[in-house]
Amino acid sequence: MAVTKLFGASVKRREDPRLITGRGNFTDHIKLPGTLFMALKRSPHAHARIVRIDASKARAMPGVVAVYTGQDLVDKLAPVPCAWLIPDSDLKVPSYRALAVDKVRYVGDAVAAVVAENRYVAEDALEAIDVEYEVLPAIVDQERATQDGAPQLYDDVPNNIAFHWKLHAGDFDSAWNQAEVKLSRRLINHRLIPTAMEPRGALAHYNPGTGDLTIWCTSQNPHVHRLLLSAVTGIPETRIRVIATDVGGGFGSKIPMYSGEMLASAISRDLGRPIKWFESRRENYVATIHGRDHIQYVDLAATRDGKVTGIRVKSYANLGAYLSTASPGVPTWLFGLMLSGAYAILAVHVDVFGVVTNTTPTDAYRGAGRPEATYLLERMMDLLARELGMDPAEIRRKNFIPKEQFPYTTATGLQYDSGNYEATLDRALELVNYQQLRREQEELRAQGRYLGIGFSTYVEVCGLAPSAAAGAMGFQGGLWESATVRVHPSGKVSVFTGSNPHGQGEETTFAQLVADELGVPIDDIEIVHGDTEMIPFGMGTYGSRSLAVGGTAVIMATRKVKEKATKIAAHLLEVAPEDVAFENGRFFVKGAPDRAKTFQEVAGAAYLAWSMPEGVTPGLEETHFHDPINNTFPFGCHICVVEVDADTGKVSFRKYVAVDDVGNVVNPMIVDGQVHGGIAQGLAQAVYEYAAYDENGQLLTATLMDYAVPKASMLPRFDVDRTVTPTPVNPMGAKGAGETGTIASTPAVANAIIDALSPFGIDHIDIPLTPERIWRAVQERRG
Amino acid sequence: MQITVKVNGVAHTHDVEPRMLLVHFLRDVLNLTGTHIGCDTSQCGACTVLMNGKAVKSCTVFAVQADGAEITTIEGLARDGQLHPVQEGFWEMHGLQCGYCTPGMIMTAVDLLQRIPNPTEEQIRHYLEGNLCRCTGYHNIVRAVQYAAEKMRA
Amino acid sequence: MYPSTFEYYRPSSVSEAIQLLSQNPDAKLLAGGHSLIPAMKLRLSSPTALIDITRIPGLSGIRDAGDRVVIGATTTYDEVMRSELIQRTLPILPEAIDVIGDLQVRNLGTIGGSLAHADPAADLPAVMLALGAEFKAIGPNGERTIPVDQFFVDLFTTALQPNEILTEIAIPKPAGRTGMAYEKFANPASGYAVVGAAAVVTLGNDGRVSAARVAVTGAGPYAARRTETEQALVGQAPTTEVIKQASQRASEGMTFNSDVFASDEYRAHLTRVFVGRAIAKAAQRAQG
Repeated sequence: MAVTKLFGASVKRREDPRLITGRGNFTDHIKLPGTLFMALKRSPHAHARIVRIDASKARAMPGVVAVYTGQDLVDKLAPVPCAWLIPDSDLKVPSYRALAVDKVRYVGDAVAAVVAENRYVAEDALEAIDVEYEVLPAIVDQERATQDGAPQLYDDVPNNIAFHWKLHAGDFDSAWNQAEVKLSRRLINHRLIPTAMEPRGALAHYNPGTGDLTIWCTSQNPHVHRLLLSAVTGIPETRIRVIATDVGGGFGSKIPMYSGEMLASAISRDLGRPIKWFESRRENYVATIHGRDHIQYVDLAATRDGKVTGIRVKSYANLGAYLSTASPGVPTWLFGLMLSGAYAILAVHVDVFGVVTNTTPTDAYRGAGRPEATYLLERMMDLLARELGMDPAEIRRKNFIPKEQFPYTTATGLQYDSGNYEATLDRALELVNYQQLRREQEELRAQGRYLGIGFSTYVEVCGLAPSAAAGAMGFQGGLWESATVRVHPSGKVSVFTGSNPHGQGEETTFAQLVADELGVPIDDIEIVHGDTEMIPFGMGTYGSRSLAVGGTAVIMATRKVKEKATKIAAHLLEVAPEDVAFENGRFFVKGAPDRAKTFQEVAGAAYLAWSMPEGVTPGLEETHFHDPINNTFPFGCHICVVEVDADTGKVSFRKYVAVDDVGNVVNPMIVDGQVHGGIAQGLAQAVYEYAAYDENGQLLTATLMDYAVPKASMLPRFDVDRTVTPTPVNPMGAKGAGETGTIASTPAVANAIIDALSPFGIDHIDIPLTPERIWRAVQERRG
Repeated sequence: MQITVKVNGVAHTHDVEPRMLLVHFLRDVLNLTGTHIGCDTSQCGACTVLMNGKAVKSCTVFAVQADGAEITTIEGLARDGQLHPVQEGFWEMHGLQCGYCTPGMIMTAVDLLQRIPNPTEEQIRHYLEGNLCRCTGYHNIVRAVQYAAEKMRA
Repeated sequence: MYPSTFEYYRPSSVSEAIQLLSQNPDAKLLAGGHSLIPAMKLRLSSPTALIDITRIPGLSGIRDAGDRVVIGATTTYDEVMRSELIQRTLPILPEAIDVIGDLQVRNLGTIGGSLAHADPAADLPAVMLALGAEFKAIGPNGERTIPVDQFFVDLFTTALQPNEILTEIAIPKPAGRTGMAYEKFANPASGYAVVGAAAVVTLGNDGRVSAARVAVTGAGPYAARRTETEQALVGQAPTTEVIKQASQRASEGMTFNSDVFASDEYRAHLTRVFVGRAIAKAAQRAQG
C-alpha cells in the first residue's frame, strides 16, 4: 500500500469541524457551578494619586460578594512580573501591581476588583465604587518624557528612562565620514492595538480541599503562565493547571502575564469559589498590551552609486506605564539586530531608550520589533533611491546579500541561515508586470491620476531560539520546545506539544509530520496542546516558532519512537535491528519484504510486553526537548500597487503581490492563510490603524468605532507566491511564516503611496497614511 | 419577564431580566456558546445569528425583543449531520484560523446568499462589513463564500 | 457590555406608548435599538424604561400615497431598500441605505429610529433633507407634521417633543427630469459618515437646473441643507464648472466637527468635494 506523503500537502484543517459548528472550547464557554464573576474598576485618569476608595455601597449591593482594592491584595499577590531583563542597559523595573496601590499610571490601570453572582451585577457594582483621585500631570509622548521637566511616573526612574540599550557593530563613524550620500530622517512607527477577536479572560478555580488551582485562560503559552502564576501567588507549580485549548487569536497580546488572570486566581483562592473574568473590548483596548510606538532618528550612509555603507538609529520606544512581560526585549534585540535587513550593511549602530509614559503598556505585537526595523530600513531604501534617481527595485538588488554568501553573518552578529533574495524580487517583478506597470503609471499621471508602486524586500528573524541566545539577551526562559509522542496499544498516536496554536493550524500540520514519520493514517493521530497537566512543558506559540521549534521537537520525539519500535519489530521478526527497514507503516526484513510487522502490531507488542528485546522497556512513548542551533530567517519581496485620490487623500488598492520564501512548506494552504492575515495587519498599520492619545493620556481610539480594524471591503485580494530555499536549521527545512506578512507589508504599502505622490515632490509622510495626512501633504505642495 | 424564543427549532421559555442581551440568553441561559462576543459597540459581528431568517447582532438585541422570534445559531445550521454549504466552504477554502469570528461570519454569509445567490467578490466584501476577522485578511473568507454560492446553486 | 436595569414595556398602540412616555420621564423608545443599545452597553445611556414600539400595528410599512411615498417609522432599512416602490421612485434611499452600517444593522435598524436619534453622522438625515420629507409626529395633544427643514435642530436633537413619537415619514415623489445621488466618505472604523452629501436635482426642458436640494451630514453638529450651493445651481446648466463653483459654496457658514480621524478643516474640504460629486451624479442621472 502506497502512502501519500503529507508533507507539502494542503490537508484540510482538523480543528475546523468544531470551529465551524460552534463547538470550540474557548475560555468563556467553560462553566463551573458556583462561579462568581469578576469585574475590574479601572482608572479614568492617566496619572493620579489614589486618595480614597469607598466601596461600601458596592459591597452592600445584592449579589455582590466582595470588593478588593490594591491594599487588600498587597500580601496575597506579588507584582506583575517582567521576564525580559535586558543586560547592560541600566534596566529599571518599577513595581507593577495587579491593583494599583497609591498611584495610577494609565487610563485603564485597575484599582478595584468586584466579584458578584453575575456579570451584570458586577458591572453595576463598579459604578457604585467611589474613587477619589488627585490628578497629576500626564506624559504620553516618549521623546518629551525624557526631557527635563516632564512629569515623572516613578521616583526611581529618572527622566522616565527605564533603559538605554546599545548595539554598536562595525565602524559607523568612518562610514558616515566617508559617505558620498548622507540621509537623515525622523520616522514614527506608531502605536497599534492587537485586537485578537477574542478578548482576554480567565476562569480560575481554586479548590481549598486539595490546594489546586485550575485556570482556563486565553494564553499563547500556558506553561509560562503557570510558572508566572506560581511566582505571583505562591501556589506551587505542581498545584496549578493552566488550560487554553481554543484561543481566539493572540498576535502577541496573549503572551504576557496580566492583572486579570492574577486577580481571578488570587480571589478564587481567597473565596474558595470559581472566579470568571472576561474583559470587554473597551477594557481590552485600554488594558491589554499595545504594540510598536517608536520615534526613530535614522542616519543612512551610502555611496553615490547606491551602496549603503552604514546605518545609525536612535530610537525612543514607548513602553507605556509599566514593563509588561517581554516588553524590554521587543524594541531592543528584536529590533536592533535586524537593522541591516536583507542588505550587506557592515556598520550598524543602535541606541534605544525605553521610556515609561502614562499609556497602556506595550509588548510584542505580531512581528514585534521586526516590523519597526523593516519599515525603517525599507523606507530609507526608497528615500535613497529617490535621492539618487534609482529604481527602488534596483537599489535593493544592489545591496542584497548575494546568495553565494549564505550562511551569512550580519554586522549585528546574527547568522542568516539561507537565502536567495534576488529570486523573490525577480519573481515579484514578474508577477506584478513591473515594466508595464511603470508605463501605466506614466500614462495615468498625464491624466492627473496617481498610481504608486511600493516595494519591501525584507528578511526577518523567527523560530525564536536558541536558549543560549535567549539567556545572553536576558530573556528569563529557554526558547526550546517539547513534544511527547505516545503510541497507544492500538497504534493510535497522541502527540503532546508545548506549542499552543491559536489559529495557526498545528493540530493539522503536526499531524502531517507524524503521519509521514510513522506511516500511520492522519486520523489516527491526535495533537494535544494547551493543557499544562498533559504536556511536559512548553514555551508556547509566538515569534513564528511553532513549526520550526515545536514541529522539530515533534519529529525528534517521533523518531525516538520509531527507533524503539524498530528494536521491538526486529525482536519480533527475529533479526537484528540493522536488518529491519521501515516504510509506509510497516517494519520488514531487508530483502524479505513479506516478513513484516505493521506499526500497529509493534505498538500492541510494546504494551503486551510478553516478549521484549533485552534492555527495552515496555510501552511506546518518547519525549524530546528540542533546542535549535539557530533561528530561521524567512525573506521575500512584497509589491503593493495603489491609486491615490489626490482630492480626498483616499487610497485604493490595485494589486498586492507577495513572494515569500519560508523554506519548505508543510501545508501550503495554511501558509497562504498566515501570509494573507499577516499582510492585512501590516497593511492596516500603513493606512488604517493607529492608537491615538490626547495629551491628558485619554485613549481616543478606545473602541472599534474609532480604531479601524480593516473590514473585508477595505482590503484587496492578495497574490501570493513562494520561492523555496530550505533552512539547514531543522530537519524539515522549514522557516516560520506567521509574521512575514505583517513585517513586509507596512513599508510596501507606505512606499507605494509615497511613490504615487512623487509628482507632488512628496518623499515622505509618516504612517499611518490616513486620507487627511495625504490630503494635507498634497495641499502643502500644491500651495 | 417571561419570553419564549424558538432556537434552532426548539421553543424555550424563560424568565429573563429585560436588560439581558440576546447573546447572553443564548450563551448563558441556553448554553449555546457557539455565538461569540468580540466587542461592545456592535462592530465585530462575532455574535451574529439569524432572527426570523435575517442576520442580526445578538449583542444588540435584548432577549425580550426576541420574544416570539425564531433564532438560528451556528449550532443549528448543520442539518442531520450535514454541514451547511457555507460551513463546508469555510472548511474547504481555509476561511478560518482561530475560529472566533467564524460563527458570526458564517451566519452573515448565509443571509447574503439568501439575497444574492451569485454575489460578486465586491458584493461579498460589502455584505461582510459587519463581521471583523483578524486572522485571514478575508481573502479565503471570500473564496469560502464563493464556494458555498456555487454549491448552493448547483 | 452590560446595560443598567430598566423596565421594559411593549405597548400595542401609539396612544399607549405616549401614555407610557408621559409616565416615565426617563424612558426611551426602542425600535431597532441600533443606536440606543450600543450606548446602553457602554452605559453612556441608562434609561429607566424602554418602550418597545416595534410591535405596534401600523407603524411599519411602505405605501404609495399618490404624489408621496409614506414610510412607517419602524420600517427597517432593509425593508426600505428592498421595496420596489422605493427603488423605482426614490432610488437615493437604497443607494444611501446600502452604505449604512452593515447588513446586520440594516436588518434591524429602523428609519424612524435613526431620524429621531439625529446622530450627526447618520446618513439618512441628509437624504431626507434633500428629498424634502415631512415627518408625522403624535403626542398627547394629537398629531402634527414637521417639515424636514425644521426637524434637525442640533446634535442628537430634533424638533420632536419628549413625549412625541415619530410615526411616519412622507416623501414627495420627484417630478420631471429629476436625478438624485448620495455620496459618502465613511469613517473606516465606524462606517458612519465623515461627510455624506445628498443631492436631488431637477432639470427643466432647457436642460438647466430648475430645482436643487443639497444637504450634508457628518460634517457638522447636525445634517443641514446647503442653500448657497442650491442657489448657485438653479437656473444654470449643470456643467462641470457650474457644479464646481456651486460645491465650493457648500462649506459656507457651517461649523465643522473635528475628531481623531478628520479635522474640521479636512471635513470642510470633503464637504465641498462630496457635494460636488453628489451633484454631478444627480445631474447626470437627471439627464438620463
